[in-house]
Amino acid sequence: MITLEKVSFTYRSGQRALQDIDLNLEGGDFIAIMGENGAGKTTLAKHLNGLLKPSQGRVLVDGDDTRKVSVARLSRKVGLVFQNPDHLLFSETVKDEVAFGLKNFGFAPEVVHNQVIRTLEALGLSEYAETSPFLLSGGERKRVALAAILATEPDYLILDEPTIGQDYQQKERLRNFILQLYSQGKAVVMITHDVEFVAESNPKVILLSQGRIVAQGPADSVLSKDELVKKASLVRPQMSRLFGELTKYGLPSDVVDVHRARILLEEKLSEAKVRVAQNS
Amino acid sequence: MSLRTLEGFKFSTLKTPVHLLDPRTKFLIVIAVLVPALLFANIYVMIALLLSQLPLLLVGKVARRWALSLRAGVFLSGLIFVVNLFTGSYLSAIALTLRFLVLLTSFSLFFMTTSPDDLGLALDRIGAVRWLSRRWLGYPNALSFTFTTAVRLVPTLAVDAQTVVDAQRSRGLELDKGNLLKRVRNYIPILIPLLLIAIRRSLELAEALESRGFPGKEGRTSLFQLKLRPADYAIIALSLAMIAVSFWVYFHYKIPVL
Ligand SMILES: Nc1ncnc2c1ncn2[C@@H]1O[C@H](COP(=O)(O)OP(=O)(O)OP(=O)(O)O)[C@@H](O)[C@H]1O
Ligand SMILES: [Mg+2]
Repeated sequence: MITLEKVSFTYRSGQRALQDIDLNLEGGDFIAIMGENGAGKTTLAKHLNGLLKPSQGRVLVDGDDTRKVSVARLSRKVGLVFQNPDHLLFSETVKDEVAFGLKNFGFAPEVVHNQVIRTLEALGLSEYAETSPFLLSGGERKRVALAAILATEPDYLILDEPTIGQDYQQKERLRNFILQLYSQGKAVVMITHDVEFVAESNPKVILLSQGRIVAQGPADSVLSKDELVKKASLVRPQMSRLFGELTKYGLPSDVVDVHRARILLEEKLSEAKVRVAQNS
Repeated sequence: MSLRTLEGFKFSTLKTPVHLLDPRTKFLIVIAVLVPALLFANIYVMIALLLSQLPLLLVGKVARRWALSLRAGVFLSGLIFVVNLFTGSYLSAIALTLRFLVLLTSFSLFFMTTSPDDLGLALDRIGAVRWLSRRWLGYPNALSFTFTTAVRLVPTLAVDAQTVVDAQRSRGLELDKGNLLKRVRNYIPILIPLLLIAIRRSLELAEALESRGFPGKEGRTSLFQLKLRPADYAIIALSLAMIAVSFWVYFHYKIPVL
């Protein structure tokens, strides 16, 4: 379990980035952190594996205070995938890139080999194993960066804006992949501005604004409230805007995903159909 | 620590008489200090050169940050002292260490009080630079523009460097682990992404410049004009005299270490 207790953080420049953050994260959790540019999302992510230490309060990873344990040891458990893959890709081949973390953590060569092959397969990158990461497209590079972290099988996976630059098929794959991970008992935290992606995945949403948590709860209740969504510089997902207009037909207003929308609309339509049949 | 050292070379926007001097004048001061410092390995000369820069540091209000850069230079000074102890007398070791401090001080003074913009303008006015630029790059302003851009990109690159270090540490990289060779190799995963980011950024910058019509026509004018003022002429005269005297003494006398 990762626990943040009253965490505040101020950069050396004097910029206050986090204030009084309380947060719990455990296996099986799926959390989306959303908020305006500069809200402090990346700063928060860097606290989870000890890259940044809180100015006040503390962060505990499985009981260890991040101030007392090395980043390398915390990274064994907490995988942090950075926003921009260009900040971490450096190897000659995709295979070496994915193996880098495993080697740092001291795995035996055959374990490294097997793990690399498995991860590349899972992310649809097998055909690029021997390719230079720099020859890949932006979206592909981003997936290599993800593979590089996933290969070490962290208990907690933190993704900083994973959907940027991914086509719709890839986003769909990413969603399934995340689903698989947290149903296996891992914790997944996703930082994103992608309202539609969150609406369809239905995680727990934490809204961050100016360094503070302003709201948290299930995606459908948080994302369907105009005043909350505005605070984090977001707009409501399309489904929510549609259902907001349909309340006069007795439909709920907190619908954000296609699946639930379909069930509700089907109900309403078959009721209507029955009524038409009775009338005639 | 290394970032602290850079503080002693960073420009800050002040309006002191030293800041207002023409960048060319300030560059001549550097040369006028450099010439005697390199011609003579004499302790008194070094001390005199150090003291002569003190007023400028004080008037320019950068003395405190200069001290900061000195503190960072202590390690290197120590190294220079020790190395020279083995190869010569302790007096020459002292002289050479002082020489290092003199050079550090004059460059530090120059960069702390000269804005990169002024430096670009000054370079643009130097005939030799324009000529070289035309020969190599085809346009008279291109070389000075390259220089200013390079200076500009340093802070951006510093931010990138921090992010790269963070990203690799998250993958279990421990920079200060292992023997000396291993430690040097540890920097490969930092340097390669940084280099590629820098290359990519400059290619993008080149395209952006081209699409905005750079470098334009030959006779480009600039909003701000450099102008030599009486103080500049006085200091230029003084500096030239100092350089001339240095050479004259150098060719006529043999100056001992002490
Ligand atoms: N290294 C730094 N030094 C000083 N201030 C910083 C630094 N990094 C971030 N900040 C500031 O801290 C605040 C939070 O930044 P952060 O990167 O965490 O925002 P974010 O929520 O990730 O934004 P985005 O959506 O743009 O990625 C911002 O005001 C930013 O300017
Ligand atoms: Mg961010």
